[in-house]
Amino acid sequence: MARHVVARVDEIAPGGRKCITVDGRGVIVFNVKGEFYALSETCPHKGGSLAKGIITGLVESDAPGDYQHTRQGEIVRCPWHQWEFDIKTGRSYCDPRRMRLMKFDVKVEHGANLVEGPYVAETFKVEVEDDYVVVEV
Amino acid sequence: MPLDSPPAADSASKSTNRLAIVDSDIHPAVKSLNCLKPHLEKKWWDHAMTYGFRRRHGSPSVEPYPKSAPLASRRDAWPEDGSGRPGSSLELMQKQYLDPAGVELGVLGPLGNTGQGELNLDLGAAFCRATNEWQREAWTSKDRRLKAAVVVPYEDGYASAKEIERVGHMKDYAQVFCLTRSSDPLGNRRYWPIYAAAQDHNLPVAFHVFGTSGHPVTGAGWPSYYIEEGAGGHSTSAQTVVTSLVMEGVFEQFPKLKVVIVEGGFGWLPPLTWRLDKIFERNREELSHLKRRPSEYIKQHIWISTQPMEEPEDRNHLLDTLRWVGHDRLLFASDYPHWDFDDPFRAFPAGVTPEQHRAMCAENGLNVYRV
Amino acid sequence: MTTDQTRSWAGAIDCDVHPRVPSIDVLRRYMDSYWSETVVVRGVDEFATIAYPKNAPLTARPDYAQDKADQDAGRTAKALLDPHGFGHAILNCLYAVQMIRDEHMAAAFARAVNDWVRHEWLDRDPRFRASIVVPYQSIDKAVAEVERCAEDKRFVQALFIAGTEEPLGKSRFWPIYEACERHGLTIGIHAGSSYHHAVTGSGWPSYWAEDYAASSLAMHAQVGSLVMEGVFLKYPKLKAVMIESGVTWLPPFLWRLNKFWRGTRMETPWIDRLPSEIVKDHIRLTTAPFDAPDEPGMLARIIDQLPSEDMLLFASDFPHWQNDGDAMLPPGIDSVLRKKILIDNPLATYPRLTIS
Repeated sequence: MARHVVARVDEIAPGGRKCITVDGRGVIVFNVKGEFYALSETCPHKGGSLAKGIITGLVESDAPGDYQHTRQGEIVRCPWHQWEFDIKTGRSYCDPRRMRLMKFDVKVEHGANLVEGPYVAETFKVEVEDDYVVVEV
Repeated sequence: MPLDSPPAADSASKSTNRLAIVDSDIHPAVKSLNCLKPHLEKKWWDHAMTYGFRRRHGSPSVEPYPKSAPLASRRDAWPEDGSGRPGSSLELMQKQYLDPAGVELGVLGPLGNTGQGELNLDLGAAFCRATNEWQREAWTSKDRRLKAAVVVPYEDGYASAKEIERVGHMKDYAQVFCLTRSSDPLGNRRYWPIYAAAQDHNLPVAFHVFGTSGHPVTGAGWPSYYIEEGAGGHSTSAQTVVTSLVMEGVFEQFPKLKVVIVEGGFGWLPPLTWRLDKIFERNREELSHLKRRPSEYIKQHIWISTQPMEEPEDRNHLLDTLRWVGHDRLLFASDYPHWDFDDPFRAFPAGVTPEQHRAMCAENGLNVYRV
Repeated sequence: MTTDQTRSWAGAIDCDVHPRVPSIDVLRRYMDSYWSETVVVRGVDEFATIAYPKNAPLTARPDYAQDKADQDAGRTAKALLDPHGFGHAILNCLYAVQMIRDEHMAAAFARAVNDWVRHEWLDRDPRFRASIVVPYQSIDKAVAEVERCAEDKRFVQALFIAGTEEPLGKSRFWPIYEACERHGLTIGIHAGSSYHHAVTGSGWPSYWAEDYAASSLAMHAQVGSLVMEGVFLKYPKLKAVMIESGVTWLPPFLWRLNKFWRGTRMETPWIDRLPSEIVKDHIRLTTAPFDAPDEPGMLARIIDQLPSEDMLLFASDFPHWQNDGDAMLPPGIDSVLRKKILIDNPLATYPRLTIS
């Protein structure tokens, strides 16, 4: 496990995402209303890439004809078979126990703290005055 | 964790002797209807622009239900330059699917405004002709791995046969293409000119799910939801095709006819076969035009695509079903660029042997299609 | 020979027996004066159905046809119940009330059929139970007929014919299910069609054999509709029995339903678990015809594909010629499962069997 600096905070707007490769592994960092979450890129079902999966809300229901639409922007759907994954946990909606995306710890760190290391920032020149997204993979 | 680990044959994809995939269902799309214009007489272009398309249902679109994704497509299959719809860019298709999957033979099945199911039979025939010309111009002449379908205006058996006669001798075409939801069951004699011409040209006839029959999607009326059309409507329309072709004696009349059932799944085929055999035994007098049991015609004349792959909770059920259908009868299909896409190296369950995988993903197709 | 205990039919509950209305004149006795006269004045024909042509092989086993065994309670008992020692038989009268387009006439005929069954079958042999023929051309009239008949506890089920104008999960049918659930009545969906539209989604087949084959396709639609519309969420005690359309088609259909649901859940978000689990709890199938090959060992693998063994209900399908002699279940069912199919599963499916 190592901590990787993967983006400047202002690079990923709320509702946005950035796809990166860390140690050969595809990882997607999502910004959900200012909070960052990192999930593995590949759908555990049949291998679709979530990089282009649509981000939606969650619909639940208490009865036929009832549509409770909440958590807008917190669900990502695989572009292939449209499975829903909770961006905050990586779990699939339909089979949360067995089917989930790997979830990685994400932190926002100030550049001044990062210059010291031991961080991996292959593609970034870290500026002391900026904030960065750091993923532990 | 995945329900299914990749099949044993997955290792083949990493070796130098990578399996050359035969895909029985790839959907090319027009960037816009204008792509067909050069291949249409002015009269029919003007007609379409004036009256639009009229099929046996109320919508000018071909779809009776809103899909679960735009154009029922993978969201990663839209060309990034906004130049068109999924399936309309050969370059993206190559980069995204044909090259990485190692497709050696990809059989095209155009959908949409192809003229099929059109009420105005002459308009339908004109658009089918245009679609067939466009497949050569935009696809098969540009990528030799791709083979076209002779798209026929199947509600008009004679016009269909004429179209097969027109282009069926060309090497660009690998199959005749019909949809499963027809206005009469497809074993009905009004469709026989299609089978006669296809047999003459040694072209298999594909029956792909969809179509606008003018009848409710099910024998119990119109359901409410897309899932009902998708999970029930498609597989039952495919079952209707198999039942009708067998019971109405098509394979007695056309003993060399090859049929491919596409995109309706395949799990239903063994139970349907058992059912038809049982019904046949009790009704041999009504079905005296049949010389053999339904199962024998099915085993000899019908192939079936693997997509969308059945995914029972217990993979042993799938392994049983693959065996009951017959590994020699199954043809891999990706359905690219649609949302229920199958990847040839991820779709099959663990327990499928490399030999079976090779049969389904390559060898069977080479035996069926005229290549 | 009944020494082999595993082959015993004693106490079995036959969930699909068809009494045949001998003629429209018999029904006229159970109509009010207006409808009875109307039959004569208008020359109303028998409401027979092309689903079961009178002389087609399947319609009646030759020995039953010879004796007209299905037209009389005593003869049915003698031909079917006595020799096998069945405990109960559930009567599903297929007089084609569902084909009638005039809802008032449909209600009159449903009443007449139900009263004929009550007086000339249920009253004559305590082993008989029956389904209520429901005139669902009008939901109000259907509910009224269910309410009227439900007072007689020997009616254990409300009967529908698979080829409906609209799938039975649609909410317009729900008042019928409310009444059924309240009375402990099961829903029975039987092979056949109203023939108000083609029997397949691709039109009318040429041969009767295809028409009969298509009834399992209508069953796909009915299971999909009942589940996805949320009928069993609304009426959690309700069970629906798919009658006379095979068994083996169901598992592959459920695989598709489950797979689609995982991708299209947002369309029917009230379905909060796998459709196959809802089916396991609420859908049942009668065993005639079974539609399985005779090869040894196959049956167990096929039954293993079903969500549960509890789903299978024994039926002879009398007088239909599904089988000869005693071969009323496919070979290869062990004695434990056999008892479930013959007795335990029907008892669990029809709550009114035990209270009547």
